[in-house]
Amino acid sequence: MTRARLGRLVPPVLLVVALLAVWELYARLGSVDDFILPAPSEIARALWDDRSLLWSNLLVTAQEVGLGVIAALVLGFGLAVALHFSATLRRGTYPLLVASQAVPIVIVAPLLVVWFGFGIVPKLAIIALVCFFPVVVTTLDALGNVDPDQLKLLRTLDASRWQAFRYVEAPAALPAALSGAKIAVAVAVIGAVFAEYAGSSSGLGHLMLQAIPQLETPRAYAAVALLAAFAVALFSALALAERRLVPWAHRRTEGPRP
Amino acid sequence: MQTRLEAPAQEPRNVAQASGEIHLAGVSRAFARSGAAPVAALADVSLDVAAGETVAVVGPSGCGKTTLLELVCGLQAPDAGTVRAAPAVLMPQRDLLLPWLSAIDNAALALRVAGVGRTESRERAHPLFAAFGLEGFERTRPHELSGGMRQRVAFLRTLLSGKPVLCLDEPFGALDALTRREMQDWLAGALEREARTVLLVTHDVEEAAVLADRIVVLSPRPGRVVAEIPVDLAHPRAATDPALVALRERALEALRA
Repeated sequence: MTRARLGRLVPPVLLVVALLAVWELYARLGSVDDFILPAPSEIARALWDDRSLLWSNLLVTAQEVGLGVIAALVLGFGLAVALHFSATLRRGTYPLLVASQAVPIVIVAPLLVVWFGFGIVPKLAIIALVCFFPVVVTTLDALGNVDPDQLKLLRTLDASRWQAFRYVEAPAALPAALSGAKIAVAVAVIGAVFAEYAGSSSGLGHLMLQAIPQLETPRAYAAVALLAAFAVALFSALALAERRLVPWAHRRTEGPRP
Repeated sequence: MQTRLEAPAQEPRNVAQASGEIHLAGVSRAFARSGAAPVAALADVSLDVAAGETVAVVGPSGCGKTTLLELVCGLQAPDAGTVRAAPAVLMPQRDLLLPWLSAIDNAALALRVAGVGRTESRERAHPLFAAFGLEGFERTRPHELSGGMRQRVAFLRTLLSGKPVLCLDEPFGALDALTRREMQDWLAGALEREARTVLLVTHDVEEAAVLADRIVVLSPRPGRVVAEIPVDLAHPRAATDPALVALRERALEALRA
């Protein structure tokens, strides 16, 4: 790692350290009970003491999130392309898609559990439900905002509708689609916790649900810390994939040459 | 199946197909505006271009030059009159190179669209890269090319479509004066090697005189043909040649009228 890249890490690290210090101080001064807000030092201890418990549950949740995000991306990209190609479909289903986002997960989660049981399927359904929407909207908008002159050019080259999609629309929409995917992974973790609250026997959400009535609040917070770290890791992985997949969208530092 | 073999009823634009001719007769075109009267872009334009001829269309901005090219390319239909043209390809004002493709893949786009595989289309585009002074830049992405090079790649893409008619819409409008002059010389040479019909739209009268066999002057909107000036000068032409300067002045006078 170069000096410049290390230097870029300084502000976020300082910010996190400062926040943790304020938190620690606030919790130690005893204005709030320990089982409501544990101090960071207690959470750190829980992270260490319960490491095997946390790890095995993290694996469960990570699998749900991973598969759920993949399902959401396939569904989201597929829907966006279908809606892009068919104006009738777009008019018919877009309002429904928006409406689907207004449905509180707590309402549908029990129904999904009744239908699909306590296994991984209802979790995937809930994660996909909260994640697919940003993917559809960003991808669909980007597909519709392609430079019309570029499409005109393809027409004078006698390109078919499908070829215009393959050579122009799809690559032009890719950066926005990946932005949608980044939003999706950030909210996927919340979806997984909701899903586990609705009915499960393992996972970090399940662990939290059990830890709080047992007054093991530090353990619940430790689970939150792991979930947050996992979301950041997923987000970073996508950002990395973005640099590889759409190098043309990352050339601000170079700029056009005269 | 028998009926399928009969010649289908075709639009008149296919008549001139094989040769590379363009015939416009009494063509008018207007555009609707929201909340206002339609704008007439072209009014009663008639123009005949022989196969292999290079015709420059000059006129003030907004006189329907781009509309004229889009009519010839079949991207628009006239409101009145007839357009008969061999298959034409448009080289738009902006180079419109695709940022996600390398220079050679951009140039070979027409081949890919025609169903040629990636490797073969590159092989076919490669010799032209050398001929057009782009050798060594095959794998460069458009944003790393200079303005003149981008324009050359865009022209290559137009050429590789294999269509007999090239419609060039202010191909050098975005370039600085020096590069522009270089590119004009380069295009004159390229057009001499290629036996294609060229319809060149420009607002630069000198560019028209350097490149074209004939200059067609359009009036301000709605565009109509106000003068046709033949340019019977041998290539290569110098912009300072007194005969060329005289032609340029004639065209400018027609523009002012």
